[in-house]
Amino acid sequence: MPGVGWLWLVVMLPFAGFLANGALSFARPDAKRLVSAIGVGSVVLAFLLAFGIVQGVAGHSEAPHVMTYWQWMPIGQLTLDLAFQLDPLSSVMLLVVTGIGALIHVFSVAYMNDDPSYARYFAYLNLFVFFMLVLVLGANFPVMFVGWEGVGLCSYLLIGFWFSDRANADAGKKAFIMNRIGDFGFLIAMFMIYRETGSLSFVEVFAAAPTAFVVGGGVITLITLMLFLGCTGKSAQIPLYTWLPDAMAGPTPVSALIHAATMVTAGVYLIVRANVLFAMAPVSSFVVAAIGAVTALFAATIALKQWDIKKVLAYSTISQLGYMILGVGVGAYAAGVFHLVTHAFFKALLFLGSGSVIHAMHHAYQHTGRHEDSQDMRNMGGLRKAMPWTAALMWIATLAIAGIPGFSGFFSKDEILAMTFARGGEASAFFVLWAIGSVAALLTAFYMTRMMLYTFHGPNRTGTDEEPHLHEAPWVMTGPLIVLAIGSVFAGLLNLPAVLPGSGWLHHWLEPVTAASAQFTAEAHIEQATEWVLLGFATIVAITGMVGAWMLLKPEAVKPAAEAPAETGFGKVIFNKWYVDELYDRVVVRPLMWLSDLVLWKVIDKGVVDGAGVNGIATVTRLVGWIGSRIQNGRVGTYVLFFVVGVWFVLRVVTV
Amino acid sequence: MILTVVFWSFAGLSIMSALLCVTRRNPVSSALWLVVTLFGLAGLFVLLDAHFIAVMQVIVYAGAIMVLFLFVIMLLHVGRDQPPDMLGRVGSIVMIGVASLMVLELWVLTTSEPAAELQLPAGTLAREAAQLGAVGAVAGPLFRDFLVPFELTSILLLAAIVGAIVLAKRRI
Amino acid sequence: MFLGESLAVSAIIFGIGVAGVLFRRNAIVIFMCVELMLNAVNLSFIALAQQLGREGQVIVFFVMAVAAAEAAVGLAIMISIYRHKESVNLNDIRLLRG
Repeated sequence: MPGVGWLWLVVMLPFAGFLANGALSFARPDAKRLVSAIGVGSVVLAFLLAFGIVQGVAGHSEAPHVMTYWQWMPIGQLTLDLAFQLDPLSSVMLLVVTGIGALIHVFSVAYMNDDPSYARYFAYLNLFVFFMLVLVLGANFPVMFVGWEGVGLCSYLLIGFWFSDRANADAGKKAFIMNRIGDFGFLIAMFMIYRETGSLSFVEVFAAAPTAFVVGGGVITLITLMLFLGCTGKSAQIPLYTWLPDAMAGPTPVSALIHAATMVTAGVYLIVRANVLFAMAPVSSFVVAAIGAVTALFAATIALKQWDIKKVLAYSTISQLGYMILGVGVGAYAAGVFHLVTHAFFKALLFLGSGSVIHAMHHAYQHTGRHEDSQDMRNMGGLRKAMPWTAALMWIATLAIAGIPGFSGFFSKDEILAMTFARGGEASAFFVLWAIGSVAALLTAFYMTRMMLYTFHGPNRTGTDEEPHLHEAPWVMTGPLIVLAIGSVFAGLLNLPAVLPGSGWLHHWLEPVTAASAQFTAEAHIEQATEWVLLGFATIVAITGMVGAWMLLKPEAVKPAAEAPAETGFGKVIFNKWYVDELYDRVVVRPLMWLSDLVLWKVIDKGVVDGAGVNGIATVTRLVGWIGSRIQNGRVGTYVLFFVVGVWFVLRVVTV
Repeated sequence: MILTVVFWSFAGLSIMSALLCVTRRNPVSSALWLVVTLFGLAGLFVLLDAHFIAVMQVIVYAGAIMVLFLFVIMLLHVGRDQPPDMLGRVGSIVMIGVASLMVLELWVLTTSEPAAELQLPAGTLAREAAQLGAVGAVAGPLFRDFLVPFELTSILLLAAIVGAIVLAKRRI
Repeated sequence: MFLGESLAVSAIIFGIGVAGVLFRRNAIVIFMCVELMLNAVNLSFIALAQQLGREGQVIVFFVMAVAAAEAAVGLAIMISIYRHKESVNLNDIRLLRG
């Protein structure tokens, strides 16, 4: 078994892949086999190595392994090191990132096969894995922030991968800029943490926290709220979520990896990592939970009326992230991580599956030369006949996300809602959150079933010419889907609820990390009986959602996108995402543009800097020269005048 | 009483002819009015107990220097046409400046008194003149306290003569 | 005796001399106004000599001597300039132009 000393190699393998593929993208962009081998190989090797390392250290020590590689910034009394930390939490994230990352790399080989920028794609994807690993393995806030920013950069690069289309480039910018707003909060929090505790490394900060801060005090509340601001940006919660649906402009494997399984979970990871701080600030934790719940419901309502299959999944991701945030907000840190893991499996599966569907639709349209939208569900229908494997695997994921008992999503979602319900004993506000979460679960089941219905069932709306060309995806694409499906089913075993035998394995595994916060949160307990009732209730909600969709929706009544009527009434509001983007435009973007144009450009840049500064200095110089030329005109009369004036001046000064 | 009248007559004469000197277009007229001014001032000198100086003024200043001026003026044929002013707008600004200069001097000089311990008793100069004679009264300090400047002045005059000749000759 | 009034007259004549120097363009006339200024100062000296001693008159003596020397040399310069430029108008003598 490789020891912890090999940790650096896990991180550097994808980076080496980035360098190699980057060079190839300039020198030999056609060398597809080589690029695939490097790109996929580096991440697969990283996963195997990570698996070995985690196996080696598992269960051996309670303390985290901190590997310091370099003294990055020694400044006075503060020394920031480039250090990685391997503990139960980072091991989980490490395996998720490299494992799911490897599967998606394999999928991309076939999906992106026809793309001319093949090498560039894999270079960026490897770079992303590298930065994500830096994020989850960082042993102090600055190193984590490096990863945080780096994944934001890669997200921008990959969303705008087909940048020749203006809309894609804009989507990349939107993602990056909204993330920056969140990063501002993260930075403020870092500054305050340093000021209060004198350190930035996780081990020291979290050890010092119980004494350095007053529980429920203003300082800790502000710090945690600022950290949460960063999370809302990265994990697409209200108010900084609008970039995620636009990010669907990138290639579908990118959406699967970055915007479902890994990058967007960085916010959840941050909160779990800093669980001590959040446990000491109950106000902030409640804010976190409330925003998570509301986001979950809000996004679910929007997903009900979306027609683009990737948009449905995007809003579904926002909604599920809301569940994770709700979980860590009520203090159920292990539950949040649990849902993170299960969600990674079934959401990646859903995205990759939709990728296969879009791939098939695209091919069909290419054959016939029509330019319809290959992502619009109104153009799909009855695809299970052409793509049986994809359909079946996506149904597994749908059952998982809807929360049908036995599948992983059921256990993780139930754990979160149960913990929320348990805290209802302290404050009835938690019951409200639980109710919101349950309604969102109902809607989740409904819209996911709707998606499957319109895509795979009912009559086919693609067109009679295209129909024969629709076919199943190649095995390179379907293979990873099978692996993910297995995970979607069995990942639930990681953390069975308390009433079942063999329960809470993940909860125990994460205890070294979450124990520090336990002293600040009241232990929430629910009776066995209540637990069974809740389990039953969740099952009813899930089944109601699915059956309701099956009964109420009529795929036969849907028209292809070109002929579809415009939305009306309440449906129109939801279809237009509750007009939030338009609101932001009015309230934030337009005033900012106005400010930049009128004030900063016209007044300050042209007026002050150009006018007074640059032109002003030139004008003053010319003026001085003009005065000089008038004084020295060679006429004695002028010189005598100055004589006289000078004499008068001297007399004035001397005699008065 | 009579002295006041005499004083103001000569003072008024001096001022009027000074004004006329400055404003005449023809330089010959200016020179002649300047002569009249010098005569007026000589009169004032007499009133102020400076008899020797007054005569010197007439002989040297009005008699020699102004004659030299007139010679040069007529030699150079100047006086064709020249406006007495500088530029119009600038001229008025200058006028104001000059006027304030005058006012300043008036104010300073007429309101300040020499220190009491420096002042001589009234009429000292007249008594001395009566004792030593007008010339003798001046010659005393001139050849005793101011001997060196006196000798240097003679050298200065020599230098002036040589310089004037050198500058004015056509060919050395 | 007439100290205040003499000083006032001296100031006025000095001012007139300054005005003349500034206003006239003929170099020789300007020179004459300079002589006017010198004479005004002489009057001041004489007036104050009554109170402060005979030295005032001696100074006037020297002023006159120097004025004579200066007039001689200055007019010689005017003649030289006239030989070059055919004019003693100050507007034409602008070689000092900066």
